[in-house]
Amino acid sequence: MATRLQFENSCDIGVFAKLTNAYCLVGIGGSENFYSTFEAELADVIPVVKTSIGGTRIIGRLCAGNKNGLLLPHTTTDQELQHIRDSIPDQVVVQRIEERLSALGNCIACNDHVALTHTDLDKETEELIADVLGVEVFRQTVAGNILVGSYCAFSNRGGLVHPHTSVEDLDELSTLLQVPLVAGTVNRGSEVIAAGLTVNDWTAFCGSDTTATELSVIESVFKLREAQPTAIVDEMRKSLIDSYV
Amino acid sequence: MAEEVGMFRVQQTMGSVLCCRCGILMAPNAANMCVRCLRSEVDITEGLQKHVIIMYCPECESYLQPPKTWIKAQLESKELLAFCIKRLKNLSKVKLVQADFVWTEPHSKRIKVKLRVQKEVLNGVVLEQAYVVEYVVQDLMCESCSRVQANPDQWVASVQLRQHVSHRRTFFYLEQVILKHDAAARAIKIKQMDHGIDFFFSNRSHGVKFVEFIGKVSPIKSRHDKQLVSHDTKSNNYNYKYTFSVEICPICREDLICLPPKVANSLGNLGPLVLCTKVTNSIVLLDPFTLRYTFLDAEQYWRAPSKALLTSRQLVEYIVLDVEPVSSEVNVGSSKYGLADFQVARMSDFGRNDNIFTVRAHLGHLLNPGDRALGYDLYGANSNDSELDKYKGLNIPEVILVKKSYDEEQRRRRGKNRQWKLKSLNMEVDDTARGRVDEEKLIEEFEKFTFDVEEDKELRSNMSLYKKKDYQPSDAASMTDGEDVPLVPLEELLEELGLSEDGEGMSE
Repeated sequence: MATRLQFENSCDIGVFAKLTNAYCLVGIGGSENFYSTFEAELADVIPVVKTSIGGTRIIGRLCAGNKNGLLLPHTTTDQELQHIRDSIPDQVVVQRIEERLSALGNCIACNDHVALTHTDLDKETEELIADVLGVEVFRQTVAGNILVGSYCAFSNRGGLVHPHTSVEDLDELSTLLQVPLVAGTVNRGSEVIAAGLTVNDWTAFCGSDTTATELSVIESVFKLREAQPTAIVDEMRKSLIDSYV
Repeated sequence: MAEEVGMFRVQQTMGSVLCCRCGILMAPNAANMCVRCLRSEVDITEGLQKHVIIMYCPECESYLQPPKTWIKAQLESKELLAFCIKRLKNLSKVKLVQADFVWTEPHSKRIKVKLRVQKEVLNGVVLEQAYVVEYVVQDLMCESCSRVQANPDQWVASVQLRQHVSHRRTFFYLEQVILKHDAAARAIKIKQMDHGIDFFFSNRSHGVKFVEFIGKVSPIKSRHDKQLVSHDTKSNNYNYKYTFSVEICPICREDLICLPPKVANSLGNLGPLVLCTKVTNSIVLLDPFTLRYTFLDAEQYWRAPSKALLTSRQLVEYIVLDVEPVSSEVNVGSSKYGLADFQVARMSDFGRNDNIFTVRAHLGHLLNPGDRALGYDLYGANSNDSELDKYKGLNIPEVILVKKSYDEEQRRRRGKNRQWKLKSLNMEVDDTARGRVDEEKLIEEFEKFTFDVEEDKELRSNMSLYKKKDYQPSDAASMTDGEDVPLVPLEELLEELGLSEDGEGMSE
């Protein structure tokens, strides 16, 4: 089920939150609305943790993780590291890594089995990712952009990529990731997918500017409605009436 | 570049995404919205003028560009389109790609222009949209038209051309020159006066330009004056009427002049009796006995003005009895002269008495025994000139030959059947003055003028001759009478511009 929300009047949800199958990290906001929306949806199933990384709230873009592990940049303070380690389940390995490209959320896109990384990532970092997250790592670009973590978002069941991705690239990525992929937009035509959307296997959260069309695409590709996935690209969508939360 | 190196490049096919608003399949663009949604969302013509009021003067068909300029333009013309687009504000915010007129009924007083503009919206998407601007045309009489309406005879500058001689040859010639160069195109009225012509203009600068033009074609002396018409005390604007008084020097072609002693000395002791051979903006004087010639500038002339001793009205016909060339042909200025001794007798004397005059003249190249010539009869003339009296002991010749003469009768017959004609200016004739002057005399003078035109090629170069449309060469013209009357060759004639078969332009 996809939910539309805002963080302090900004529709870039994926910047301020990180959602995985085992936990959810949320940035500290002025009001509690953001946190309470996540809690309302996820509280029974997985822990929702309020944190900051390096004193900032843009945690969604700074860290990368899945149900096996969590990678934090070198700017994370010791207290934050400790706080996160305490709050999330014990089987999740939390690791702070020394990497020149510190916005790990922008450089790494992963689900529980496969990860796509920035082409200029260090060799050691790549090994660490494979170790900590337990995934197979592929260096890739999405529609010519090297910040794969920003321009695509995928879970174990499906993925959404930059709208300008060509058909061949889509096929290639789909083969690598072994999940169905679709090119689309979020937040009323924005191409930065992962900034406007955060998703796991059964739920998704997107910015409130997301139109009904985009929402339906998200729900189909990530199989959130438990409906039989058809080739979304071929489906003709009639004009839908926008509904606001 | 990759291809050159030999690398393998995968063919990229653009996929399609759903429009984020309406969900139809489309190729991805910078906004990721289909064109319709984009257009409905963003209106690039917002803030642009859709209704404009423009002023139009029905008298002179021009449109007002504030604050004061009036632009003449026809409906659906390029100038009107440019004017309409200029009147739109804020058009700099968008890029104009195309502009067209949409047809509207002329009586509706509406002009519609369809504009196509481009603007960048959202994240780099360039949107193109067409929209219609409606112009309401309001009638407003422009200043110049209202002034003309209020007082049609209103002029601001007037040029009064005068020449104090008893004939109008100069004015016939000037008329043709003015017509050829279109110098009086801006005159609102032209009036024929005693001894001259008046030109009226609506602008002082037009008058000045006209005076300068006349100064280039004849030697003149001019002065100007102005008269206050109105005065706006608040803005200190003064309205004047300007008058230019132009006097043309009274020396004409073929005049005999006696130069005052001072002038003769300053010109190198040129014989006091000289013939005037050509008048342009300076006078060419020729001494017929020595074949010396000189130029007199307008200024030089007016410093010591001298009247003509004898004018071409007083030419007498002579018949040449004998020619003795003294020197060979000389090129004087642009014409040829040959000094020769002639034995001539007046036509009136010929056969009746034996009055024969021996005289030296400059027409040696033209005249043969038996020819007729025109000249001044100083033997029989009674000259009342103060200048002549100043010369003591001057040997005045009895005859001065001026030009060759052609059979008058032949001329007249040919005259009626001329192949060309001249146009004339649209002159108002002052009735009161005309009553005094002889109409017949005018016609005769004009005939003589046309003979001059036929003879003199240089004179013709300053005029435009037009072909007569209904010219039929008559059989009578093919007679051979010994002499060949000089005719205007066909190549020099211009075709008249005309819309219909009758043609425009006035016949003479």
